[in-house]
Amino acid sequence: MSLTASLAAIGRPVLAALALIGRLALYAFETVTHLLRPPFYGREFLHALVQIGWLSLPVVGLTAVFTGGALALQIYAGGSRFNAESVVPSIVAIGMTRELGPVLGGLMVAARVASSIAAEIGTMKVTEQIDALVTLSTHPMKYLTLPRVLAATLAVPVLVGVGDAIGIMGGYLVGITRLDFNAAAYLKNTADFLETWDVVSGLIKGAVFGFIVATMGCFYGMHSGRGAQGVGRATKSAVVAASVLILAANYILTELFFSA
Amino acid sequence: MIELSDVHKAFGSNKVLRGVNLTIPKSTSMVIIGGSGTGKSVALKCILGLVTPDRGTITLDGQDVTKGDRDAFLARFGMLFQGGALFDSLPVWQNVAFRLLRGSLKRPKAEARDIAVEKLRRVGLKSETADLYPAELSGGMQKRVGLARAIAAEPEIIFFDEPTTGLDPIMAGVINELIREIVTEMGATAMTITHDMSSVRAIADNVAMLHDGVIKWTGPVSRMDNSGDPYLDQFIHGRAEGPIEAVR
Ligand SMILES: Nc1ncnc2c1ncn2[C@@H]1O[C@H](COP(=O)(O)OP(=O)(O)OP(=O)(O)O)[C@@H](O)[C@H]1O
Ligand SMILES: [Mg+2]
Repeated sequence: MSLTASLAAIGRPVLAALALIGRLALYAFETVTHLLRPPFYGREFLHALVQIGWLSLPVVGLTAVFTGGALALQIYAGGSRFNAESVVPSIVAIGMTRELGPVLGGLMVAARVASSIAAEIGTMKVTEQIDALVTLSTHPMKYLTLPRVLAATLAVPVLVGVGDAIGIMGGYLVGITRLDFNAAAYLKNTADFLETWDVVSGLIKGAVFGFIVATMGCFYGMHSGRGAQGVGRATKSAVVAASVLILAANYILTELFFSA
Repeated sequence: MIELSDVHKAFGSNKVLRGVNLTIPKSTSMVIIGGSGTGKSVALKCILGLVTPDRGTITLDGQDVTKGDRDAFLARFGMLFQGGALFDSLPVWQNVAFRLLRGSLKRPKAEARDIAVEKLRRVGLKSETADLYPAELSGGMQKRVGLARAIAAEPEIIFFDEPTTGLDPIMAGVINELIREIVTEMGATAMTITHDMSSVRAIADNVAMLHDGVIKWTGPVSRMDNSGDPYLDQFIHGRAEGPIEAVR
């Protein structure tokens, strides 16, 4: 392969990736601008709130309870190596609220919500329902995208908060049944060491992740290719993009919140 | 009056429209015929701005359709999509009354529903249909719901993409009559795509035939049978032999 050919082989995907990031950013920006311009579709928003928030509770709760329990076991095992078993309650609480609650919650919502949004909007796209919306004087961004993005941005922090509480409870249950912690001492230890910022930083992460999940779902749905295959590809891309962006955003936010 | 001049549209290397020129006078009914895949649906979507032409201009009453207030422009149109394009998350009556439930034409829910039921009746659907979901309807029923939605807000200009495909002959006759009525009684401008020659005769004031990306023939329906155009003749008589290659 000649030098120019190999450079082109590297350059093309890089350019394509940059172009994609640009389009994603523009799409996200356009979504936000619709927040300021009526009309607003309240019913669609409430519907999205139920779909994204309420119906995600079981999956987020289950994820959290098992994670909290496993975390307690691991920290106990690790802590016992230098006689620091007593840190279990506080580390479980900090680990859940700062990192695992928002990240795992965000990833579960990405799996559940980004996929369903992308599939729904993608199907609407390939069956010309999006075109029909336009001819009925209804802006697809306002009617489909904004309600979902807004609902996810508001609902995911709440899910994360609930997940935090359930995760801490999972750690507590494991702590008192398997690790011989005293119940009152466990709770006191948790409460004493947990700071407001631990929780709030996790909720802010949740809001960002919610925004990412719904935006990816809508973006890939709206840009779905033709036919069932197009919808399948859109769904896959939405979940992958949402998950990767959540992890990347998590690192950046953690840097911002906690470094130095 | 709608005027297309020199409209081009290609999808990748597939040059679909290659210089379409067509005029649809106000309050008349234009029927577009042409082979499958020649770009009839694309032409309608170009007018509505759902597909952006690569070249050429489209004007409505002398105004370029790409300029000016888009909401006001779209409010004048109704469109029946070839595949129905019903919103499957909404019951039938909310599909029909979609425009009447939101935006500038918004009215009380009960009134919107009454209008929807009345439009459904006009396309031969019973009021029980109103509360079903699109997925619960047959193909022909979905098509008629799409038709009811297109006419629900009584637009000035209505596009029908194959309104009678998939309907039984009697129902097709009812729909043809309805379209004719909308044009003559309400003074609407209609543009219909159809493959059904009896529909063409029932609906059209003028006929245009799209072939090879251009309008091969256009004229009043009365001149269709003795146009002397070999393409049109082959098409309306459905002959396999002729200038249009049937098997490619
Ligand atoms: N969004 C699109 N992307 C790529 N190609 C398209 C798109 N829409 C239409 N085409 C192509 O344009 C051509 C014309 O399509 P169109 O739907 O206008 O045909 P038609 O004349 O309406 O045919 P029919 O009578 O079968 O409905 C086809 O070759 C189709 O593959
Ligand atoms: Mg078509």
